[in-house]
Amino acid sequence: MKPYLSYRVTWWLAFFVMAGPLLQLVAIAFTGGLGANPIEFINRYMGDWALRSLLVALSATPLKIVFGWTWPVRLRRMLGLWAFAYVTLHIANYVAIDQFFDFKAIGTDIVKRTYITVGMGAFIILTTLAATSNKRAIKHLGGKAWTRIHKYVYAAGILGCWHYFSMVKADTLPPLIHAAILSGLLGIRIWDVYRKKNLKKTS
Amino acid sequence: MLIKIRKSWELAEQDVTPEKLFKQRRQFLKTGAAAVAGGLAGGLLSHQAFAAWPQAGEMLTNVAKTSFDPGEDATPFDQVSSYNNFYEFGTGKDDPVYAAKDFKSDPWMVEIAGECAKPGLYNFEDLVNPHQLEERIYRHRCVETWSMVVPWIGVSLAEVIKRLEPTSKAKYVAFETLHDPERMPGQNRSVLQWPYVEGLRMDEAMNPLSLLSVGLYGRTLPPQNGAPIRLVVPWKYGFKGIKSIVKISFTETEPPTSWNRSAPHEYGFYANVNPEVSHPRWSQAKERRIGEFFKQETLPFNGYGDEVAELYTGMDLAKNF
Repeated sequence: MKPYLSYRVTWWLAFFVMAGPLLQLVAIAFTGGLGANPIEFINRYMGDWALRSLLVALSATPLKIVFGWTWPVRLRRMLGLWAFAYVTLHIANYVAIDQFFDFKAIGTDIVKRTYITVGMGAFIILTTLAATSNKRAIKHLGGKAWTRIHKYVYAAGILGCWHYFSMVKADTLPPLIHAAILSGLLGIRIWDVYRKKNLKKTS
Repeated sequence: MLIKIRKSWELAEQDVTPEKLFKQRRQFLKTGAAAVAGGLAGGLLSHQAFAAWPQAGEMLTNVAKTSFDPGEDATPFDQVSSYNNFYEFGTGKDDPVYAAKDFKSDPWMVEIAGECAKPGLYNFEDLVNPHQLEERIYRHRCVETWSMVVPWIGVSLAEVIKRLEPTSKAKYVAFETLHDPERMPGQNRSVLQWPYVEGLRMDEAMNPLSLLSVGLYGRTLPPQNGAPIRLVVPWKYGFKGIKSIVKISFTETEPPTSWNRSAPHEYGFYANVNPEVSHPRWSQAKERRIGEFFKQETLPFNGYGDEVAELYTGMDLAKNF
């Protein structure tokens, strides 16, 4: 099937869609919309979009499984790097603005506060994946090892949802919605693995 | 210092409440008590009698200045009235200012119940009007580690309680927020168990700091801040300051409180501001004052230790959090 849009156009379109939340935040900031507690606003905003972009990146393979589309897979690296960008901004806001480089407080948070421990775990995974997202790393690690390492993106997704779920006070609906989407995406992959196994058996 | 403040209250009250009017009110209280049996009649009557109460957002007059002033800059009105935790109007802090916009709090009845000599259904003005309105500038510390300084207007809770004549069995005061999902859309979701309930030990309620607030910044309370009447207990985390109160009852046993019921290991009955006792999920050592960049150290009892620390002598505050 001939694509409606060329790969290059699709890539740039997706790139700007992913940049949307960041551009919107700048617009909100310039129109005075950050509210009474801008640091908290930015923190929540970046956290929300980090998890959402991760879910977007994680939907590439399920879209291929369900609809046979291959173009999302080709965008996956860029999508994943956007997720990493939002996570980095989320954590930069926490370290540099919220805690103002109070590394003692940050260390205590990481050790004592489960949701921060879990969040940092997700950040470490995504950093590793971002650092090995280039062709040189694939070559260096070998395709198999690289693929195995990059499967940890699902762990990052689970940790991200856990982090979100365990920081809210009472309204667990938004984190549960994100977790449900993640479960759906994971479920499709698991279903696909079993389907392929069964195909092998029957053939 | 406290003694001086008390004196100023007494003087002010004599200034504004002629004896004749005071007696009329006593009379009304009696009829009010009788009217409980007879339904809403008492309420309607009292509403006519005190129709002069200003509408929401109106200027409050005859407000006495008190020396309750931390000497810190008050948080601007637009921030106090747009950054609110009021789950009855949504769980986002910018939800209530929109969702509560058309909330009508007039007329407003407050049921007084339990261990007291004057139970009944009162128009809220009748609970407030016999007492001197005071402006008190209090620090406000949220359990989420942000804080504000708010110039509240209200009456001493202790004075109101005294007039209701609690019996010797009254060991606690329980409060309840309006439960009306049509007017409070946040109640359509069971994020918390509705209605919102709160409580104080009697000696906490009788502490001079405890305020029944009806306004801020010189005007009646905006709906998102708990119109028309709310509790302010500045040495406790903000969630103790129950909003839009429709019931006050005197009880012999510790009443349930909403956040404690929702997560008992995270929110206790006392909820005193304490930098040394962490919330299980975050530290309470510091707070960010709204409008400021750097965090500041949180003070024990939110800086009101001189006034309230003695209420808790001998208690393990890490256990009774």
